[in-house]
Amino acid sequence: MTLPSFMSPRYHGVSIAFHWLLALMILSSFSLGLYMVDLPFSPHRLKLYNWHKWAGVTILVLSAARLLWRLTHRPPALPGSMPPWQRAASHVSHVAMYVFFFAVPLTGWAYSSAAGFPIVWFGVIPLPDFVPKDRALAETLKPFHWIAAYGLATVVVVHIAAALKHHFVDRDDVLKRMLPASKKF
Amino acid sequence: MLKKVLFGAAVVMLSGGAFAQQKLVPAESEISFVSKQLGVPVSGKFNKFDAEVSFDPKKPDAAKVNFTVDLLSADIGNAETETELKKPGWFNSAKIPAATFQSSAVKSLGGGKFEFTGKLAIKGVSQNVMVPVTVTQAAGKTRAVGTFNLKRLDFKIGDGDWNDVSLVANEVVVNIKLALTGIPPL
Repeated sequence: MTLPSFMSPRYHGVSIAFHWLLALMILSSFSLGLYMVDLPFSPHRLKLYNWHKWAGVTILVLSAARLLWRLTHRPPALPGSMPPWQRAASHVSHVAMYVFFFAVPLTGWAYSSAAGFPIVWFGVIPLPDFVPKDRALAETLKPFHWIAAYGLATVVVVHIAAALKHHFVDRDDVLKRMLPASKKF
Repeated sequence: MLKKVLFGAAVVMLSGGAFAQQKLVPAESEISFVSKQLGVPVSGKFNKFDAEVSFDPKKPDAAKVNFTVDLLSADIGNAETETELKKPGWFNSAKIPAATFQSSAVKSLGGGKFEFTGKLAIKGVSQNVMVPVTVTQAAGKTRAVGTFNLKRLDFKIGDGDWNDVSLVANEVVVNIKLALTGIPPL
């Protein structure tokens, strides 16, 4: 049995803000990445690459803050009607997404450093290279950024499908509790 | 006796005088550069270069340096950018592979510090540059280290599509580290 939404505990406002801000940033950055890689060598492409890197570092920093928040704030409990395998699947996919929140920007950062383009955040703050400039290493690292990004995209698709299934099939409050509060609250 | 003198003269002629006695040691020398793209320092070096040097630190007025850098040997650690550099908009090195420096005046500032002034030619454009050089000597080798800035657009490097200096800075830092043999003592 499902409780009416006003009785169901919602995510904290900060959690909701993190979720939607990062969802937007990650989707934009992923789309930009897909678009820019096939462009011919040009000033336009150079700009887009740098914006992509700045966005990636911002996602990395916000993800670290979000993880800290998540570890110190318990999310609302899942509906009691959910079978154990779904709870397990939910847990695993959330852990996987957090792993990718770090893996995707870090592999991109490493590749950029190895390729000889250290990252200067917003063109102002130089970030350290945690791998050396190395032609062979750059070639080795390149697919990992791609694999991590597609790995994240895959889990995100499952995550969205599950959220929609909860909303439209199970008709529970799993999706609603992550939506920004409407006026009636 | 006469034979000996003739032989000595022949050796001097064959060796081409001071130029041939002073040699660059390429394996211990480096020409590198740093340019900035949106604040990102992108560094590279040239793998092939050579110098003809006639330099007595005590007689800087008579010094002569001819330097040639093979622009096709630019190594920035990234194949795609290196391919781009050879195109007409950048180095045009497929057509004009050599960048040259010919000294016109050398001034001693004392303490092993010198100012090498001369003509730097890249991509068919010549500009006067002054390169401050610090010279040290140890174990029969002379090391000369210098840094100078050039403005890439002065040499039409990255003109056209890439002339926006807010994207690729106009200033390029060139670092020179040379090891030479046969230079007279400081």
